[in-house]
Parts: sequence; C-alpha cells; structure tokens
Amino acid sequence: MAEEFKVIVFTLAHEEYGIEVDKVRTIERMAPITRVPKTPAFVKGVINLRGIVVPVIDLRSRFGLAEAEATENSRIIIVAANELEVGFIVDSANDVIDLTSDAVENPPEVVGGIKAKYLSGVAKFGEDRLLILLNLSEVLNRSEIIQLEQFGA
Amino acid sequence: MEMNQYLSIFIDEANEHLQALNENMLKLEQHPEDISIVQVIFRSAHTLKGMSASMGFEDLASLTHEMENVLDLVRNDKLKMNGGIFDTLFKCLDALEAMVKDVIEGGTGRGDVAGLVAQLKGIVSGEPAAAAPATAAETSELALVAVHMLLDQYQLSVLQQSVESGNPVFHIEVAIRSDCLLKAVRAYMVFDALERNGEVVKSHPSVQEIEQEQFDRSFSVYYISRIDQAQLEETLNRVSELESVTVTPVDLASLAELDQSREASNEAAAQARQEVAAAAAPAAPAAPAAPEAPSAAPEAAARPSASASAGNAAPRTIRVDIERLDSLMNLFSELLIDRVRLEQLASEVRRNDLTETVEHMARVSSDLQNIVLKLRMVPVDSVFNRFPRMVRDLAKSLGKKVDLIITGAETELDRTVIDEIGDPLVHLIRNSVDHGVEPIQDRIGTGKRETGTVNLRAFHSGNHVFIEIEDDGRGINRPKVLEIAVNRGVVTAEEAKKLSDDQINMLLFAAGFSTADKISDISGRGVGLDVVRSKIESLGGQVSVTSNPGAGTKFSIQLPLTLSIISAMLVKLGSEKYAFPLSSIVETAIAKRADFRDVHGNRMIEYRKSIIPVVSLAQLLESPDYRDEDEQETEMLVIRKGEKLAAVLVDELIGQSEIVLKTLGKYLTNLDVISGATILGDGQVALIVDPNALIK
Repeated sequence: MAEEFKVIVFTLAHEEYGIEVDKVRTIERMAPITRVPKTPAFVKGVINLRGIVVPVIDLRSRFGLAEAEATENSRIIIVAANELEVGFIVDSANDVIDLTSDAVENPPEVVGGIKAKYLSGVAKFGEDRLLILLNLSEVLNRSEIIQLEQFGA
Repeated sequence: MEMNQYLSIFIDEANEHLQALNENMLKLEQHPEDISIVQVIFRSAHTLKGMSASMGFEDLASLTHEMENVLDLVRNDKLKMNGGIFDTLFKCLDALEAMVKDVIEGGTGRGDVAGLVAQLKGIVSGEPAAAAPATAAETSELALVAVHMLLDQYQLSVLQQSVESGNPVFHIEVAIRSDCLLKAVRAYMVFDALERNGEVVKSHPSVQEIEQEQFDRSFSVYYISRIDQAQLEETLNRVSELESVTVTPVDLASLAELDQSREASNEAAAQARQEVAAAAAPAAPAAPAAPEAPSAAPEAAARPSASASAGNAAPRTIRVDIERLDSLMNLFSELLIDRVRLEQLASEVRRNDLTETVEHMARVSSDLQNIVLKLRMVPVDSVFNRFPRMVRDLAKSLGKKVDLIITGAETELDRTVIDEIGDPLVHLIRNSVDHGVEPIQDRIGTGKRETGTVNLRAFHSGNHVFIEIEDDGRGINRPKVLEIAVNRGVVTAEEAKKLSDDQINMLLFAAGFSTADKISDISGRGVGLDVVRSKIESLGGQVSVTSNPGAGTKFSIQLPLTLSIISAMLVKLGSEKYAFPLSSIVETAIAKRADFRDVHGNRMIEYRKSIIPVVSLAQLLESPDYRDEDEQETEMLVIRKGEKLAAVLVDELIGQSEIVLKTLGKYLTNLDVISGATILGDGQVALIVDPNALIK
C-alpha cells in the first residue's frame, strides 16, 4: 500500500516545491529581520517569532538562485528538523496537497538549478504539475555552513 | 507503584543525610574527642538506615547498619576513632553515595557492600572475638516476649555485643500498683534508676508514651546493666508504689530466638516502618532517640522538647521542580518585553493616566523580577559542600596536610551557573592542592607551617559574584611557565620577553599546558585549565590568576549573578541596534578623530592617562550603512575585560534597559562577537555584543 502524506506547496523562481506538513511549524508573513554579522550570505538574520529568536535563511540564495525582492506574497516557512528551528524565505506558500508515496520518483541530477542532494524526490500531481520535494536535513546541514565559513575566512 | 511518590522524597533526604554525614565526619576528624558529633552522625546514619530499609534498599540499609554499630561503640566510649576507622567510614560514605546515585538513575540501589560490611564488623569486634554460640536452651524466656517487644536488628546487635563483652542484659517487667495516682512519675523514677546504672535499649510502651502516661499499669524494657541482678532488683524495689518487678537475664541463645521471631514478623514490621518512614521520614530520629539516650535520664526527658524546638526552627520551604521555575522565568520574560513596549507606547500617547498606570506596572514588574530571579538563586554552599571531603582525600593521597577554609558559602548564584560551576572549581581546587601547596618537607624547609591552607571564598560585588581560590603554596614558577610555553609553541621566544607577570600567569590557561613534572591522576593532564577558562567564559564569567613566588597563588573567578535578565546599554549603528552588557562598560564618552594615534598599525586613544586600543564596531560587524571613518566625533564605550580596557566606537547611545537573554538557536553557532539576542520593546530582535571578544 502506498502511504499518503500531506505536503506544503511553495514556489521559488516559478518552480513548485514541497515540504512534508509535519516538518512545518508555521507559515509567517515577512517580518523585520535582524542581520547577524559574519554569517553566510544566505543567512538573512533572525526574527522574533512570538518571543523566540529564529534564524531565517533565503532559500533562493541557499540554492544558488538569483535573490529577489520580497513581495506581498513572500512568506517565511518555519521548519523544524534535526533539532533545529529555521525559517525559509520563499516566494509564496499557498497550498497543502495530499501525495501518495508511489507518486514520488527519484530526483534527476539537477532540477530548476538545484542540486539533487537537496532533494528527496519529484512528484507529479494535478494536471501536469511537477512538485519538487526538499531533503530538509541536507538543506539544514551545518557542516556545509562551516565549510562556507572557512572558505570565506 | 505507590513507592514512586516516596522515591523523590527518599532521594532528597538521603542526599541531605549523606551530606550531613560527610560534613560531620570531617568535623569529627578535626575533633575526634567530641562525642556530640558522633551522636549527630549516628542519628543521620540511623535515619538513613530506616529510610533505606523502608524503601527496600537492603544493601544501603545493611551498610548503614554496620556503620551504626561502629559509631555506637565510639559514642559509648568503647572504641576510639583512629585513621583506619575514618578511612573505612569514608569509604562507606562513598559506597552509600554510589548506591543512592544508582537509585536516582533509576537503578535498584544495589551495591557490593560485603567487603565494607566485613571491615566494619572487624572494627566492631576489635580482635576476632568468636562469639561462642551459647548452648543453653532457655527458650522459656521467649514466653515473656510478646510481639510488641520485638527488637530491630540494631537493638539486637547492641544487646548481643553487650552480652559478648560481659555486660549483663536483662528483660525487666515493671507493674505499678493500681491505686498509684502519678504513674508517669513512678515510671520516671524507674527509668532514672535504670539509666544511672546502665542503658535502656528498648522499652514498651516507648519512653515518650510512658512520660505522657499513655500506658496501662505495666511496662517492660530491655536493659544493659552495669550492676548484677541482685543489686538491680534492690535498686528497683526501692521505688515505691510498684506492684512487682520481674528481672530476667537475657543471654545469646534467647537473643538468637528473638532474632528469629523478628524475622518471622518482619513483614508486618517492614510494613509498619514503611508507613512511618514514608509519612514522617524527618521525624524518624525522634522515635529511636529515647533508647539511644546513653547517659542520664534528665537528658532523655529533655530530648523530646529539644527535637520539638528543632522542628519549629526548620525552614518553611517547599521543593519546586526547576522546570516550573524556568517556565515562570520565560513567562516573566514575555511580560518584560510587553512592559518595555507599553512604556514606549505610553510615551508616544502622552496621556497622564496611561503613563501613571504604566509606571506603576513597571514598578510592580521590577519587584516581580527581583523575586523571580531570587527564586532561582541557590547558595554556592550546594557546590562548596563537597570540597572539604575532596580536599581531605586529595591531601591524604598526596601525603600533604591541607586545611580548606570556606567563607561566604551563603553567597547566592543563579541555579544555571551553580549547575555548571562545579567542575571548574573542582579543577582549580585540585590544582591548588596538587601544584600549589608544597609537600610537608618543603614547607618546613621554607619555614612555613606544616599544614597548607587553601582559602575558598565567595562574595558579591556589584552585579557579579566572585569566587576565589587562594593557596599559601609555592606560587607560580614564572620562568618555568615561560620555558614550557615557548617549548610548546604557545608563545614565541620574542613574545615571551615582552610579557608581564600577569600575562605569564595567564599562560596557564592556554590550551595544552601543564607545569607538573610528573603527570598525576589528580591534575596536570594539561587539558585542565584551558577547559576551566572556556567553561567560565561560556557562563559569561572571567577567570584571572595572581601569584607571589613562595607565598601562594590566587585564582579569581568573576561570574554574572544571573544568566537570564541583564542590564544592558543599547547602541545604534546606522539602522541597526545592538546591546552591550552594562557590567562590562566602564564609561561612555565622546571620541574625537583627532585624538586617535597610530601605534604599530593599531589605532589607540588616550584614556585617563593610559593608551587603550580603539575598536570600530561598524567595521567589526560589517555594518551596511554606517562608517565611523566619516565622523569627526563619535560616541565611544569604554569596556573592560579583567584589567584590560578598550574603546568601542558606536554611532549613537540609545540608553540603558533591562533585557532578556535569548539564544540564537543551534543553527547559528561560532559567532564569536555575538553572544546572544534579545527582543526590544518594538518587537525587533537586537543582538548582544560579547565585549570579551572585542578585547584581545
């Protein structure tokens, strides 16, 4: 039996991406972000999430896509994984869909300019829509940040 | 199970008793002649035994039981304490601690105590006194023994020992005449007579009940006598208004029978004890206090009132789960943020009644803040109390004599700091005893007292608590420190020449450094002091060391009072706001660009007749929209780290504020300049600058 699971759908540079619902804490509108010095460029800073200080990263710049100005539709998706709580800035987040595990295929080498190691799969849904599922633990991998820090130093 | 709810009480109290045992044993070691200390130790051990037995921790109970036997001999002047006995008893305490720890960690509290029990038994018997198993089968006495006269194992062994050592033991039944008006007085006279000539081990009803006239007409006692049966009978018959006095001698065989019947009724007794211990564990010493009374009856009479007053003096406290305090703290932090926000709004709205209300709320909340913070404060004693024992053991194993003098143990620190500060202190104290205080011969050679002194002090000063560890040992051998530092590549030979004495001392805290010739298991693995320093710095504290060759070394630790709410100076840097802990700010001033000097490529400024380095915060934090190079005059904060000062250039000072510390989470780490964050009144996050990272 294929398992069913719910996925939050968000967009990034006109592609649709998905994160499993149980990894997502909340979705917030853009909030004032406090810059944190001496961090990688994709770390935009920290926000006040109802009394808790949460770091925010720009997912476009995390994946090496061109950064964009925040718009009315921009959202911060707060995810929790690997005992970390981090906010992702995305172009928009507006849907929750049901997927079955047999609809998910292994990701090709590169999708929409994003390396396969950040992806856990690709799913077809609706009428000809393609959803790219994120591999959260790889996206939040800190060892890569440390490498980046060393490279920058 | 029902036991679980008593388990935490058991653990708390077992720890308290163990601590008391440790402390009093150390005291006793100083004054081996003071029998009153033995009494206190005995009572702690006894209570611990009762508690353990009722909770079913048999190994704990059997070990404390044997300890009690030894202590009992000591307090009755039948045994003199000596080094061997102290060592054995201390080992027992360690074993007890290990077992209690096992219980805490969810274990069964079992431990291999057979070896220690055998040692204790050896001490009790003195020379191997082969207890001749008596053959006389005087089982007839058993008839006298009703269930209520069953003795516990401790009382049995006391009786056994007295029989073995030739003191006669009697079972005495006294019946008072039915027309007697003051039964308690007659009973008291009987007890008085008995206590003058021996010791009452067990009485039924209990001494307290008899004193309160809560008995029918007769009572019975087990009694260790110093006089023979005839004399005893004569003495007792002198008390008037008695109907009959029956004195029956007790021997080993009948004691053995008693032991068996005790076993038989063990289940019932255990259940009863369980109820008593669980319901009123602290009161436990009061009940056995009466048979313990070794000397005069007046003392026995005084005992109940003494224990009653002790009960009144006990602090009125409740135990609270630390997590509840943490969540209280968190809720309060939220409130504090709202308060700052309200104050801001009120100043914008400018309505008198609103301003007044907000001001009142501010006052109430600052009182509340004090209380919430105080709730989390714990006396450093809870860390210090294990050191006397540690120093004793250490000094012994090193063949040194060391006095540890503790002052200011009542000084309070935040619970979080207390939890973390133990290990660094252990390390520093070990260091002082191992490396600081010299061996006895060396001390005599340099004309010092044979016994070294380590002072452990704690005191408040401003927003900080200081803990100092000072020894009167040989001091730091600076040339040797330098030599090693150069050899290990900590500093170059050129740098070494320029270092001041204090800087050389601080090399001890450099990574991978050890000055001990031999590596001992006590300290000197070279992983020590740098770990100590980083631990203390992670707590927001600082450590420094001063030393006079030949006269001693002093380590000084400065710790923040609390880790959750601090006073801070808010500063502006272009569009960004940052917070500086007020505790590290010496002064604020205006810096003129013209006053800067260039010394070896570093910008310096003259400040109160000394030259201090200038730090550009904008440069350091890569400010996107502020450059201090453009300004002729800038605000500066003079900050301090230990003895060192630095001037930090900022755009604008906003003002002082109480801020709530928040972590940046686990995702952002290794930020050396930023120590945390806080949420300002407008809901924005401001980063807290770590002043220690600005001074190199």
